[in-house]
Amino acid sequence: MILNDYLILSAILFCIGLIGVIRRKNLLMLFFASEIMLNAVNIGLAAISKFHGDLSGQMFAFFIIAVAASEVAIGLGLLILTYKRKNSLSLDNLQSMGG
Amino acid sequence: MEIIAFYLFAFLTIAMFTTTVMTNNALYALSSLAAGMIFISAFYFLLDAEFLGVVQIVVYTGAVMALYAFGMMFFDTIADVKEDIKHPKLVFLLSGGIALLVVVIFAVPIVSGSIIASHPMSPEYGSNVKDVGMVLFTKYLVPFELAAVMLLVAMIGGIILAGKKMDVSITQLSEEEIDKLSTNDEIAKDKK
Repeated sequence: MILNDYLILSAILFCIGLIGVIRRKNLLMLFFASEIMLNAVNIGLAAISKFHGDLSGQMFAFFIIAVAASEVAIGLGLLILTYKRKNSLSLDNLQSMGG
Repeated sequence: MEIIAFYLFAFLTIAMFTTTVMTNNALYALSSLAAGMIFISAFYFLLDAEFLGVVQIVVYTGAVMALYAFGMMFFDTIADVKEDIKHPKLVFLLSGGIALLVVVIFAVPIVSGSIIASHPMSPEYGSNVKDVGMVLFTKYLVPFELAAVMLLVAMIGGIILAGKKMDVSITQLSEEEIDKLSTNDEIAKDKK
C-alpha cells in the first residue's frame, strides 16, 4: 500500500464527517460527526508518519486523541445543560434571540 | 495480505461511518460509530503504530461508551430522531465542493515532496512503543504535560457544568430565573 491510498481514505472519512456536520440537526449527532472527522485526520497523520519514517505524525495523533477526549467531557456537560434548559437537543430550538 | 486487510477495513469503516451520519435511529448511529472506531485501530496496526492502535481502542471505547450512555438517556432509542431538513440538495453540493478542497489540500504537500524526517523511527529500541516513549518524553514533554493539564481542566469543567449540587449557578438557571435573580439584587440594593 502506498501513502496515497491512506490519504484518500482519510479524505473520504473526513468528508463523511463533514457531511454529517452539515446535515445533522441534533447536537449529539453533531458530536458523532466531529469525532469521525478527528479520527479521519488521525489516520492521515499515522500514514504520513510511517511512509516518511517520522514519529512526529504519531505524536500529533496522540495529542489529537487527548483533545478529542477533553472535547467529549466538556461537550457532554454542555449537552446536559442544554437539555435541562430547553428539554431538547435540536439545533432549531437553540436560537434564543428574536429578530 | 496487507492490501486485502486495507481494503476490507476501508470498506467496513466507510460503511460504518456512513451509517452513523445517515441513519435516523440513534441506537444504530451509536453502535456503528463504536464499531467504526474499533475498525480504525486496525489501520494503526497496519501502519506499525501499535501503541496508537491500543490507545485508540482504550480511549474511544471509554468515550464512545459515555456517549452511548448519554444517547440512552436523551433519546427514545426506538423512535427516529426528528430532524427537519429543508434543502437536502444544497448540502450535497456544499460537501462535494469541500471534498474537492480537502483532496487538494492533501495532495499539495505530497507533490512538493520535500518532507524531511526530524524524528526518524529508529530500529535501535526495537518496538514502536519504546520509540514513542523516547520521543514523547524528550522532545514532546511540554506538550504532553500541557495535555495532562488540559484533560484535568476538561474533567473539572465537565463536573461543574453537569454537577447537581450547585446551589446557585447561573449556567444552570433558565433565563427567567436569572432575570428574577438580578431583579432581586436590585431590590436589595434599593433597600440598602
